[in-house]
Amino acid sequence: MLVDAWHYLVAHPVQFGVALGVHLALSVAALSIAAAIAIPTGIYAAHRRGIAFAAVNVANIGRTLPSLAVLALVLPLLGTGFAPSLFALSLLALPPILLNTIAGMRGVDPDVVDAARGMGMTARGILRRVEWPLAVPVIFAGLRTAAIQVISGAVLAAFIGGGGLGDFITAGIAMMAVPQMLVGAIPVTLLALAADFGFGALQRRLTPRGLCA
Amino acid sequence: MNWFLRNADQVATALGQHVVIALTALAIAFAIALPVGIVAARRERVHTLAIAIAGFLYTIPTLAFLALLIPLVGLGPANAIIAMVAFSLVVLIRNVATGIRGVSPDVVDAARGMGMSAPQLLLRIELPLAAPVIVAGLRVAAVTVISVTVVAAYVNAGGLGTLIFNGIATDHAPKIWSGALTACALAIAVDAALALLERRLVRTRGA
Repeated sequence: MLVDAWHYLVAHPVQFGVALGVHLALSVAALSIAAAIAIPTGIYAAHRRGIAFAAVNVANIGRTLPSLAVLALVLPLLGTGFAPSLFALSLLALPPILLNTIAGMRGVDPDVVDAARGMGMTARGILRRVEWPLAVPVIFAGLRTAAIQVISGAVLAAFIGGGGLGDFITAGIAMMAVPQMLVGAIPVTLLALAADFGFGALQRRLTPRGLCA
Repeated sequence: MNWFLRNADQVATALGQHVVIALTALAIAFAIALPVGIVAARRERVHTLAIAIAGFLYTIPTLAFLALLIPLVGLGPANAIIAMVAFSLVVLIRNVATGIRGVSPDVVDAARGMGMSAPQLLLRIELPLAAPVIVAGLRVAAVTVISVTVVAAYVNAGGLGTLIFNGIATDHAPKIWSGALTACALAIAVDAALALLERRLVRTRGA
């Protein structure tokens, strides 16, 4: 079966390359958009009680929504293709990043911030040189969750014409062609594992030495 | 909205299927995770190994997992349920173990001093005190399982995803809306209900 899958892959190099490219583009773009929105929002919200409360509640609801339902809801509104898929995946990636940014910023020991202020640091200096480095490991944990969710969600984008590796899986299931199915399923699984591993390593490297147990 | 009202019975049937599949998967996952979690709470090596394996399973994209199972078990609910069990193991095992480990050693000591046997200790002290954390795990697992069930319609498992896929295939937006929004509502409702239970347990157990 694996050999058949390999033969299929070798016979369709361009098709596979395009699907992999689209899958990566979708995932990276969705994650970047979500991070660009969620991290600043989280930093802004973290020290404002009311806003943080609202943001956490909205994000918690957002986190429970089934990925496929979100993708499907975008279809009647925006149609099919890359852009609607990107929109839906960005939405799906927001909650974990936002929740972890808020949790990370709030988790910074107030005494540390006090000490920094006592040393004469400005609010911006405290944010950049004290709070941010201390919150970064938690924020990266959120990015890690979001990355896996987005790679997994991008497979489902095949249902709304977003392309990507999911195309091989859906076509394979439709025709009951196992090799074709595997050509989609195996690379996408490896991609998710690589993202998990990569973000995990990054998270450990970015953890300030003082925080390591 | 009109389509939804006219076909309420169809939506209700799909919702019923959805709940049955999700509950079955959750029950099986819990039956596996509870003993594994209990052992993992006491043995670090079992904990590391169980979390590593279950974490690996959790990382596999949903549709890829369903596809990988087709050569092994074919299409249908069995396929979907295996995938859902695999996805919910990690959070269940982790929370059972964390919950038991979180029980104060003083309480365990006191119970032992009162002459409780190991099974009594587990059933009457450790599990009840770990309940809020275990329910928190069940909450995340329930939402995961509901979400996976939507996709599982693609491998003929039934449920609300069926409406979505039919709607996409026939370009019939109201059907898509009905399936997707009902699935979202189900996930939110289950999450809220278990959150309530979790808070109540925290209050009564004073954890």
